[in-house]
Amino acid sequence: MRSSLIALAALTLTAGASDPSERLPDPGQEARARTLFKEVRCLVCQNESIDDSEAQLASDLRRIVREQVKAGRSDAEIRAFLVARYGEFVLLKPRFSAGNAALWLTPLGVLLVGGGLMIGLLRRRATSETELSQEEEARVKRLLEGD
Amino acid sequence: MITELGAFALILSLMLSVAQTGLSAVGGARRSPVLAGAGQGAALAAFVAVLVAFAALIHAFVVSDFSVANVAANSHTAKPMLYKVAGAWGSHEGSMLLWCLVLTGYGAAMAIFGDSLPPRLRAYAIAVQGALGVLFLAYTVFASNPLARLAEAPVEGRSLNPLLQDPALAAHPPFLYSGYVGFSVVYSLSLAALIEGRIDAAWARWVRPWTLAAWSLLTIGITLGAFWAYYELGWGGWWFWDPVENASFMPWLIGAALLHSAIVTEKRGALPGWTAFLALAAFTFSMLGAFLVRSGVLTSVHAFAVDPTRGVLLLIMMGIAAGAGFLLFGLRAGSLNPGGQFRPISRESAIVLNNILLSTATAVVLLGTLYPLIREAMDGEAVSVGAPFFNLTFTPLMVLAFAILPAGPLLAWKRGDAKGVARKLWIALAAAAALGLVAYGVVQPRKALASGGLVVGFWLVGGALIEMADRLKLLRAPAAESVRRARGLPRGAWGTTLAHAGLGIFVLGASFETAWKVEAAQALSLNGSQPLGAYVLTLTDVGTVEGPNYLAERGVVTVVDKAGREICRAAPERRFYPTGSQTTSEVAICPRGLDDIYIVLGERRAGQGGKPAWLVRAYVNPWVRLIFLGPLIMAIGGVVSLSDRRVRLGVGRRTREAVS
Repeated sequence: MRSSLIALAALTLTAGASDPSERLPDPGQEARARTLFKEVRCLVCQNESIDDSEAQLASDLRRIVREQVKAGRSDAEIRAFLVARYGEFVLLKPRFSAGNAALWLTPLGVLLVGGGLMIGLLRRRATSETELSQEEEARVKRLLEGD
Repeated sequence: MITELGAFALILSLMLSVAQTGLSAVGGARRSPVLAGAGQGAALAAFVAVLVAFAALIHAFVVSDFSVANVAANSHTAKPMLYKVAGAWGSHEGSMLLWCLVLTGYGAAMAIFGDSLPPRLRAYAIAVQGALGVLFLAYTVFASNPLARLAEAPVEGRSLNPLLQDPALAAHPPFLYSGYVGFSVVYSLSLAALIEGRIDAAWARWVRPWTLAAWSLLTIGITLGAFWAYYELGWGGWWFWDPVENASFMPWLIGAALLHSAIVTEKRGALPGWTAFLALAAFTFSMLGAFLVRSGVLTSVHAFAVDPTRGVLLLIMMGIAAGAGFLLFGLRAGSLNPGGQFRPISRESAIVLNNILLSTATAVVLLGTLYPLIREAMDGEAVSVGAPFFNLTFTPLMVLAFAILPAGPLLAWKRGDAKGVARKLWIALAAAAALGLVAYGVVQPRKALASGGLVVGFWLVGGALIEMADRLKLLRAPAAESVRRARGLPRGAWGTTLAHAGLGIFVLGASFETAWKVEAAQALSLNGSQPLGAYVLTLTDVGTVEGPNYLAERGVVTVVDKAGREICRAAPERRFYPTGSQTTSEVAICPRGLDDIYIVLGERRAGQGGKPAWLVRAYVNPWVRLIFLGPLIMAIGGVVSLSDRRVRLGVGRRTREAVS
């Protein structure tokens, strides 16, 4: 039991992005950094953003992003810096590029195909529901007036 | 001995499923009631046999029989009883046995409750269900036997991942699997109808209740999972667009689309092919989910019982089942009668739009989930697709769907009256817009997007209320008339209103919680305090607690409001499980109406003047209750619809009852 206690005390994890020791003094800059964190992947984690992760590497990445925010770099510049250093993998929202065109355009394509099919469906319905032919009209008249 | 009996029963169930498939198929083809009846008997027996195997597995967990490999790997003598039992489905092998149990259970249900189905359709459906049973039971028996023994039994087991030792998560898999596998019934009905070459309103009348049941159970299962993530993972998130979550969400979305298209096929005889297609797709997505979750091809925060080698087998099984289904669909789809006609402004059109948007949303989730794999296979580039992508693509689609949703139930079939519907709904739109503006103006800081989300939420709730008021002629007719109408209203109508209102309630919660969450984190020494929104938190005590299979540091955090009144004493814990050397944090939640004060005890660090301090992280999560309440109401709506006589029984049966 004693060794367990020691183990409990020895386990040091950071508290994710909200850890007070990491925060930037300027609340505006801190808020911007936090928004960026949500788009950056903790590379060693199982699909977590650095905003959520308690891993040491996420803490390091947060420090890098905060330093850049503090230095006045734009969001796009920071993203470009991270990609240059760690590859596309680091971004949770892939950038629009030739390789990623399929990802960004397919949803639109599916929506258009769906819309097209629906218009086709309504058209076909509309034509098959056209007015009665002359013979049919005559027959209706006969039936209504008949007997 | 009991374990061997279970293993024997498992093999027996495989044999029985083979018999079920053969007897029912031949019985259907030869129109032989004797053979079809034997097939039904085999379906029942197969279920009982899997039940025996499952009971044997639970028994092995309860008595901690570590000579069973699965128990040794996933249990521990010190584990509380609930988690020993839940451990039976906490592993890969156990969860696949649960899958088989549910699968054969639905087969048995078709055998018992299917009397009003056309005999031939029923025989074919039970045959297909049996074939699915053969596929999954063979996998369980030959590749993933949970009842396999070890040559040498260890003295102690390796225990279940402590994160999974939680009541919500103990109940999560049974609900989730009942939902996933519930779609196997509509898959079987669909294939059976395609074999017969006839898809009509009577068929859709059978598809609807099973879809409702599966979808409602899946809704509860997913909500339990989200709720667990909310309070167990320790940062208050409830949906991460994680591959494993997406895997469960895709069948849910397709199930929701199927739920609506089946109504069109039932009431109007239209879209038979599309409904059959969705029925096949729903179970295909369920199988895809099982494959994605269990194979570990995608990295996930929820990857718990993963086995890549057996993943290939699961992929092959999915290929066989889905391939057979869609091949037959392709062969027969052309010969299906397109069914009833409708105008651009009609309830059919609204439902078709709903289906297009839900299908596109499913495609987005599917593509986003698999894209990292696709890209890696194509040019070896590693990319990530995470929450920001889905928020940007999925949300607009849903906003579109929600914008037209309240109009759907108010439109007439075949030819709707757009002006009439607008006259009824303008109050809801005006009220929603006003409330959204109020939120934008009053709540600090102002957030346009989230206020827009609130408008959508209020619009959905308001639309659902107006739809109900319209049906009851509330305020337009004497009260007695409204009461009479309420009594006479079919349960299905109540179910629709509940489900649509529940969706709105969820949207309200999700928009408000996400945008107006308040966070505070500070290292506090004893009796140190920090502000959190309108509250002040004070760390009044920290002590050590010994649990049944863990050791914990427990803090006492007193929450006081601005007036100095004590709101609650929260006791967050940091637990250490020696068996797996794992630390987890046990969040403390003070419920305040619809809000939660959410408190996490972090690590101990050196504070000011060398005094020990603890990192206390806390959130006010406004309206978070609605996020879990909304889906629950949706599921209740599904169950209420299911209890509708018209849905539960075939119409033929009802007339017979009315006569007698």
